Amino acid sequence: MTPVLTELTVGDVVAEANFPLTRDSLVRYAGASGDFNAIHYRDDVAQSVGLSGVLAHGMLTMGLAVQPVVDWVGDPARVLDYQVRFTRPVFVDVIEGATVSVVAKVGAIDLEAHVARIDLTVTFNGATVLGKAQARVNLA
Amino acid sequence: MNPELQGRVFPPVAPYLVGREKVREFSRAVFATNPINHDPEAARAAGHHDVVAPPTFAVVVQEATLAQLLAEPDGGIDFTRVVHGDQRFSYTRPIVAGDELTATLAVTSIKSLGGHSMVTAESTIVDAAGAHVVTAISTLVVRGDE
Repeated sequence: MTPVLTELTVGDVVAEANFPLTRDSLVRYAGASGDFNAIHYRDDVAQSVGLSGVLAHGMLTMGLAVQPVVDWVGDPARVLDYQVRFTRPVFVDVIEGATVSVVAKVGAIDLEAHVARIDLTVTFNGATVLGKAQARVNLA
Repeated sequence: MNPELQGRVFPPVAPYLVGREKVREFSRAVFATNPINHDPEAARAAGHHDVVAPPTFAVVVQEATLAQLLAEPDGGIDFTRVVHGDQRFSYTRPIVAGDELTATLAVTSIKSLGGHSMVTAESTIVDAAGAHVVTAISTLVVRGDE
């Protein structure tokens, strides 16, 4: 069932999810996306550019963060526009991995255009890792 | 970075053919579990020709245009100092398996901020008929000398 725009209120939490990432997740994303930057799979390379270790691809974090919204609206085609700012790295420990948490709230409602803006709070270790993370979804 | 890059439009990159298995592979990688991303029958039942790509899949098509920017001989962009600042995708219609997509890059803005440079690159992606599908916009931050 597609959510009904007139039943939404700004501030409503519409979806929440946790994504446990491991080094395997990063290798899988590297292969799927074609982004083979070694800072996403080699600690020595990450450390040589001043990072504490391997970090997730920003585009992996962006890609997974919108999935709770896709599941809520029921069809990936309903996502009209999606933007983020990359503000903090997600370091993925070789043993512990990393868990990225997503909370999706209604940020704005445009009844005329049948569009809701969903604002995402995306955190790792209690700190936000994406800024101005917003998806506009078609609820016509 | 060369400020004269602002406004530059690059030649279109070679067309990208969206494969069904590639959409599935990318979907698994971004934890997309919706059947419309994986199952052609579910996609068709929802009114699509084939499986629908996740919203960030356009980055795979955009990538070749960013490579053009970084390789521009007079661009002066040091790849080792580039950090991804912002990313946006604006869709006219979703990307579906079977699409043949062509991306064209334009540099829309060059700014300096506290010793760093910021370049905004807009890749306009159209289908085989030339109709707009999605525009992928990246802001890259090039760190200055430390």
